Amino acid sequence: MEKRVIFKHKFLPYLLVAPQIIITLIFFIWPASQALYQSVLQEDPFGLSSVFVGLDNFVYIFTDPIYLNSIYVTIIFSFSVAAIAMITALFLAVMADRAIRAATTYKTLIIWPYAVAPVVAAVLWYFLFNPTVGMIAFLLKVVGIEWDHSLNGAQAMILVIIAAAWREISYNFLFFLAGLQAIPKSFIEAAAIDGASPVKRFWTIAFPLLSPTAFFLIVMNIVYAFFDTFGVIHAITEGGPNDATNILVFKVFHDGFLALDQGGSAAQSVILMIVVISLTVVQFRYIERKVHY
Amino acid sequence: MLAAALFVLLIFPASVIAEPITINWWHAHGGRLGEKVNAIAADFNQSQDNYQLVATYKGNYADTMTAGIAAFRAKTPPHILQVFEVGTASMMAAKGAIKPVYEVMAESGLPFDPNAYLPTVTGYYTNSDGKMLSMPFNSSTPVLYYNKDAFKKAGLDPNKPPKTWPEVAEYSKKLVKAGYKSGFSTAWISWIHLENFSAWHNVPIGTKANGFGGLDTEFTINSPLHVKNIQQLADWQNENVFVYGGRRNKGNAKFSSEEVAMYTESSAGYAGFKKTCKFDFGTSMLPYWPDVEGAPQNTIIGGASLWVLTGHPAEEYKGVAAFFNYLSKPEVQADWHEFTGYLPITLGAYELKKSQGFYKENPGMETALKQMTLNKPTENSKGLRFGNFVQMRSIVYSELEAIFAGKKTAQQGLDDAVVAGNKLLRKFEKANK
Repeated sequence: MEKRVIFKHKFLPYLLVAPQIIITLIFFIWPASQALYQSVLQEDPFGLSSVFVGLDNFVYIFTDPIYLNSIYVTIIFSFSVAAIAMITALFLAVMADRAIRAATTYKTLIIWPYAVAPVVAAVLWYFLFNPTVGMIAFLLKVVGIEWDHSLNGAQAMILVIIAAAWREISYNFLFFLAGLQAIPKSFIEAAAIDGASPVKRFWTIAFPLLSPTAFFLIVMNIVYAFFDTFGVIHAITEGGPNDATNILVFKVFHDGFLALDQGGSAAQSVILMIVVISLTVVQFRYIERKVHY
Repeated sequence: MLAAALFVLLIFPASVIAEPITINWWHAHGGRLGEKVNAIAADFNQSQDNYQLVATYKGNYADTMTAGIAAFRAKTPPHILQVFEVGTASMMAAKGAIKPVYEVMAESGLPFDPNAYLPTVTGYYTNSDGKMLSMPFNSSTPVLYYNKDAFKKAGLDPNKPPKTWPEVAEYSKKLVKAGYKSGFSTAWISWIHLENFSAWHNVPIGTKANGFGGLDTEFTINSPLHVKNIQQLADWQNENVFVYGGRRNKGNAKFSSEEVAMYTESSAGYAGFKKTCKFDFGTSMLPYWPDVEGAPQNTIIGGASLWVLTGHPAEEYKGVAAFFNYLSKPEVQADWHEFTGYLPITLGAYELKKSQGFYKENPGMETALKQMTLNKPTENSKGLRFGNFVQMRSIVYSELEAIFAGKKTAQQGLDDAVVAGNKLLRKFEKANK
């Protein structure tokens, strides 16, 4: 006979999920609805006059060369950050997984940067590469590279990518290491007995088994690069030079908080919201179903 | 609320009646300047018993303005909000949110003479009828800083700074020969090399009297003279006469670390350089192009002013007026001026410092004042008033960076800036009809 557990309380379940629902409503649903509402208005900063303008704000955004450039910049930036952070982290994870002596020390050191706030990390890199006082800028000069990220767009982009990826390496490292350690030792041993080299073992056994982790991290890294790198851009380049590092989330801040253009900024937020929703859908629909081999 | 108030009233009737009225002042000065602001508030509170002024630091200029606006929308605005000069047009357009200073002063019955203030300072903050809308607080103007030790090294007279741009170029070449990496650089390039450049050469920044005459204004910073100046800066990069220092005042280290020997920066940067520079430096007036008729005219200000926000009872505005009255006293202004390097906002304070012989000992502190009061301000040199100007500054930075990186000519870059800027002006016009 099947045993059934039936809760008689009608309200208790609601009560138990209430805190989560309330937090979601206050901090997510309500601001999001405000952004939607404001995105169709043209308002003065003080909210004294507001005119319904329909989709004017969106039309303005998508005909604005600065915004279109910002989309392009964001794509380059996000994919570079994700790629560099993941490849480096995977390499480090494989190395740390093999380390026998002082393994904990390596792991701690590699995870450490994650504890550094993005802005602090950004300032650190800014000083290292500062054309006037920076150490790395000085060394680059010695080998003949004139470093000036306040004028050279490509150099500015490289700098913010490094600063943003550096911190994310730790996060990826944790997941890759956990993924590697979850692979049953017997698989590897069996392959080793069959005479597979370490490289071959990695590419034919470990790497395919890591793919769910990798796909999860791709989404997380892109979300990170899209939304959490604001501090890096703000502290190092402020979107410059000539908008070379003006990523979407920085532009939202700039237009909303500095330029006080509420409608335009809200419309940009709505677009970002659509991006994040679609990324989440991709993750749930395709990746959560597991990439199996 | 009411119950609590009654309760307090019952227990401490005497103390509540004697309790001073609280006046909130949100400002954007951290560090040493913040301490000075707190000292001013404390001194004001000590000078009288009716009001208690509470000064609160709200972050940088943009943070403070945004905080004030958010508070206004939430119906809990501070009485006094410090707003930077580029936010002026936005504040002026917010008619229901601000209470003009001339009104606050008139209602209070306290003595108030608008002519006591430096005209080049108040000009920025008055409406077209000449009435003061906000109280100037910290104002500065750009000057040329030069490294006297470097001048000696290059065989130049340290007491004869360059007066014109051709002289700057000539000096720069000598300085580069003497081992300096570049001749000069600049902070706040939009403010100094376009906005102040225009006023200094008596050419307009925009139509309609730089925007004072109406919202249907358009930018004119792509005039032949502007283009010539910016193109010259770009060309000078090749000869190491000029180097771009980055946005805002991020290039200050170039001067203090002796990468360049001349630097244009706000007069309020004086205290900072005094602390960071390990060499003797002087200041002089901003250079100009000698072939331009009417140059030099006078420069315009940067900095911030104090705006009074609506939404408080009348007796509290009396407190605001009392504070403004206190703030305008020559002693208070003179002290602020000496401590910070900002300009004194009243003529009385200027005279006071002069009579104390302050400028004889600190000639650098007077450069800015002389430069601002050089001539009677014209339509082109009274100031500027453009909506969405914060965004315009970003556009200008961006275009100038393209020009200095060699991606665009000065003509192309400034044309593009004007097109984008005019779009912003139309947007502002639409929102404030």
